[in-house]
This record gives sequence, C-alpha cells and structure tokens, in this order.
Amino acid sequence: MPAIEILGFQKNYTVGFWRKKQRTALKPLSLNVENNEVFGFLGPNGAGKTTTIKLLTGLIFPSAGTAKILGMDWRDPKVKDVIGFLPEQPYFYDHLTAPELLEYYAGLSGVPASERKRRVAAMLERVKLSDVGKLQLRKFSKGMLQRVGIAQAILHDPQVVILDEPMSGLDPIGRREVRDLIQSLKDEGKTIFFSTHILADAESLCDRVAVIHKGELRGVGVVSELVTRAENANRTEVLWNGAATAIAAVEAAGAECKTHGQTAHAILPVARLDRVLEIIRNHSGQIISVTPLRATLEDYFIEQIGEKPQSAIEVSR
Amino acid sequence: MTRRIAYIASNTFREAVRDRVLYNLILFVLLLVGSAVLFGQISMEIERIVVINISLTSISIFGVVIAIFIGIQLVSKEIDKKTLYTVLARPVRRWEFIVGKFFGLVETLAVNTLFMALGFYAALFYVSNGLHKSDLNILLAIYFIVLQFVIITSLALLFSSFSTPIFSAIFAFALFVIGTFADDLKNFATLAQGATHWLITGVAYLLPNFGSLNVIGAVAHDQPVSLALFVHNSLYAVLYSCAAVCGAALIFERRNLK
Repeated sequence: MPAIEILGFQKNYTVGFWRKKQRTALKPLSLNVENNEVFGFLGPNGAGKTTTIKLLTGLIFPSAGTAKILGMDWRDPKVKDVIGFLPEQPYFYDHLTAPELLEYYAGLSGVPASERKRRVAAMLERVKLSDVGKLQLRKFSKGMLQRVGIAQAILHDPQVVILDEPMSGLDPIGRREVRDLIQSLKDEGKTIFFSTHILADAESLCDRVAVIHKGELRGVGVVSELVTRAENANRTEVLWNGAATAIAAVEAAGAECKTHGQTAHAILPVARLDRVLEIIRNHSGQIISVTPLRATLEDYFIEQIGEKPQSAIEVSR
Repeated sequence: MTRRIAYIASNTFREAVRDRVLYNLILFVLLLVGSAVLFGQISMEIERIVVINISLTSISIFGVVIAIFIGIQLVSKEIDKKTLYTVLARPVRRWEFIVGKFFGLVETLAVNTLFMALGFYAALFYVSNGLHKSDLNILLAIYFIVLQFVIITSLALLFSSFSTPIFSAIFAFALFVIGTFADDLKNFATLAQGATHWLITGVAYLLPNFGSLNVIGAVAHDQPVSLALFVHNSLYAVLYSCAAVCGAALIFERRNLK
C-alpha cells in the first residue's frame, strides 16, 4: 500500500469579474509515494507544487480526483493524525515562544498532557532550539522559524511528513541541517514528501522525484534513471589542438563543435567517439582530452520544463 | 472536540492580551471614565446619572470597536499569515476553529469589560461617596453590554468568513448602528401596509436588536430591569450568535484557503 496515492487530482479556479473564466492550476495528476520513501516534488515557481500539497492537506478542494493517505480517504479526519505538514514560508503565532507554540500544537494534535512537556523539550533539542528560552517567535530569524516549522510538523510523530519548500531561503548550513533532519526521519521509517526547486538537495536526498510544470506532471522516477534520459547522458566531450580542417568532418559525424583559437571542442554521443577520434587523427589533430559528460538532475529538469509538452513517463524503481 | 476548541480559544485570548492596541483602548476607556467624574462634578445634583451614562456608553462603544476590530481579523489574519495552515493540517475541524476563535474573542471582551467595569465602579464610588445596593442593578446593564459584544463578535466573524476585513468592518458596524434602532424599524412596520409591512417586519426581526440590550438610561435612573427581559435578552443573544457562528462555520467549511 503506497503512503500517498493521488488519483487524478485536478484544480481549476474561476477568474475574471463575472467568475466565468476558468484557470487550471493543476491538470489531472496521479502519483504514488511509497512507504518510507523520500519523494521530491520538483518544479519551477507556479508549477502547481503548493496546489498539490494544499489539496493533499485539505486546505483547498479539488475540482476532480481523489487521494489516499496510508489507505485512508484524504478527507478522513483520522488522516490528520498521521500526517505532519510544513507550509511554504511558514509564519507562526509570533506572540508565542517556541515552547508555547509547540505545546499549543501538541494539544491540538492530541498529545497527552503528561507527555507534552517532555516531547516539546525533545523536539526543541532535535531542531537545535533548546536555548531560545522565552524569546518570542517575532524575534526569530528565518532559519530558526523554519526549524520551528519542522518541529511542529513532526511533533506528534506522524507517519507521513509533507514539507513545502523546506530549504527555501535557508543558508547552506540551514539547508544542511534540514537535509540531515529529513534523512533522520527516513531512518525512523517515515515517508517524506517534499517540494523544492533546489535540485541539488533533491538529488542528494530523494529516492524518487516527480517533475511538474504548468500544472502538468512531466516525469516521475528514480533520480539515477531519470538522469540517463537527459540529453547530456551518454555524451562525451573531446578537445583537440590544430587541424581546424577536421571540424567540418567531425560535425558531419554528429558532433556539436566550437573553436577557441587553436583549440577545438566537440560534444558527441559516446557511440560516435571512435569515429570522431579517427577523423581528428586523420587530419593530424592533437587530442588534449576525452571527458565523459555526466548528466545531472538539473539537465533532466531543464529539459522537462521546456515548452514542449510531453506525457509523463514512469521509470520503474 | 471541546479540548481543541478550548485550545484555540485560549490561544486567541492570549494573542489579544499580548496585543498592545488592546491596552491602548482600555486606557482610553479608563480616561473617559475619569472624565465622566469631571463631567459629574460640573453637573449639579445629577453627577451619578452623568457618570453612569457616560461610562457605560463608553464601555459599550469601545467594546464594540474592539469586537469589530479583532473580530474581522480573526479569520483573515490567520489566512494571510498562513498560521491557519498548520492548525487545519492537524485533527482540527474547520468549524471547531471558528467556534474556538469566537469563544476566544468573547473571553477577551468579557475580561476587558470586567476591567472597565472595575474602573467605572471606582468612579461611581468616588462620585457617590460609596456604593449602594441599587448600584448592583448596573451590573445587569453591563451584562447586557457583554451580550451586545457576543452578537457583534459573531457577526464580525460571519462577515470575515467570506469578505475582506474592510467590508466586514463596514457591514458589522452598519448592523450595530441599524440594530440599535431595530425597535424603531418595528414601529415603522406597523405604519406600513401590505408587502412593505411584511418586508420591513421581516428585516426588523432579521437584524440584531441591540435596542433591547441597552438599559443604560433605565439603570442610570434607578429603574428596575425585569427578570423577563433578562431571560429574553440572554436567550436572544445566545440564539442569534449561534446562528451567525453556524453561518460562518458553514461558509468556512467550503472555502479554499489560497
């Protein structure tokens, strides 16, 4: 049973003075997030990531579709017991101190009074905020607020943690801390579904990712396998000196060439490497380097958010 | 359920208490009560009546201002600041949130009124050289003022569940003013004929009747307030505010939180 199963979620908004026009924020989206998986939901700003998360958490209502969380209908009130949620750019009751805020949330989540203080103290320790004392949240830095946000999301020990842009606006140390926290949650057996547009974080953390753009799912799968689908995958870079006469022949062999003074530079599919090297040698060129190019998640991402709409391709785990 | 409503109410109360604007308003009312003493001293023979009238009217007006000012922001502020998201992602029903916010503000207004009433009784003690048994009657007028706050809070909450803060404030304040003259509207209905009669009667009963909740003039002149009016007003305020809060909850249940 998947931890999260989205079945055709769609969201349209009515716009205009007479509210007759429809704007589609999310085209029908179907997605599974497996148990104990770190799942990255990637997309540029306005892609539909937050809309999807708001639908899952019941903050907005879908125009069509349904979802299941741990096998329960997403509207079932019991679902709220098993999910933890951090909104994008969280803002909390700033008249409260961090312990007061967490105690409030613990009360709302049904944490027994006898256990509340201990759990709040442990959570503050975990997000490295145990020394904030009676400082009100209005005096917290963005990084501190983000840590409070994560603390409130996992305070009631939820099985599924949904984080909307958890690394947004954090400095490198803050991002590292959040990454470590997500990893530790996975180690505890929890499922983490998080949206981000920081691809390096997704690449280092996620078991699987999905790419969404303009409300449409463009691809979903294991990072390493998605990356092999990028155009840069299985390509090689060749640098050589002299023999500019070889360029026309190298291009004819299927390479993209550029010259910088005496040095020529070609990018080509690996399958054509032997042929290209032979051409360069035949033209008395001096080969400087042959470097296999490694495709990154960024390459895949950039391709997916290109203007050409493509149908989503599921890559097996 | 009750526990969650209590937590939300308690947090709303704590937020209002830590808000400095509230203190400024209370200070302002206390100054007004103080000035009532001054007016009383220059009003020969009727010092007590002047002090009661000015003080209770001040408590009423400023209480209504606080009720509208905070009431219209109860929901919109939570949506704008996204504080609501982390609350509704927990096992909290939307109607529980609305009811909790309502009780939190009513609690705030009741405590404020208590402090303002203490200031008023201090002024009355000073003007009358002590308190008398008949002054207990004034507590009923203060109780009715609190009932006004309960109704106006529920209306502010109702409007804020679907409108902007500015429009909510305008609607709520307009209803307070019109509702103060609801009895006049009923009298006007008796003069009208046919459909107009039924229309005005309907509107008069639909509007909150703040007129019957105002007994400031009566208690200032030591006129007794009947038990029937006490029961009627109490039931009226409970039922009217229940209807408005239910309306707010129903609207909020279907609202997309952008």
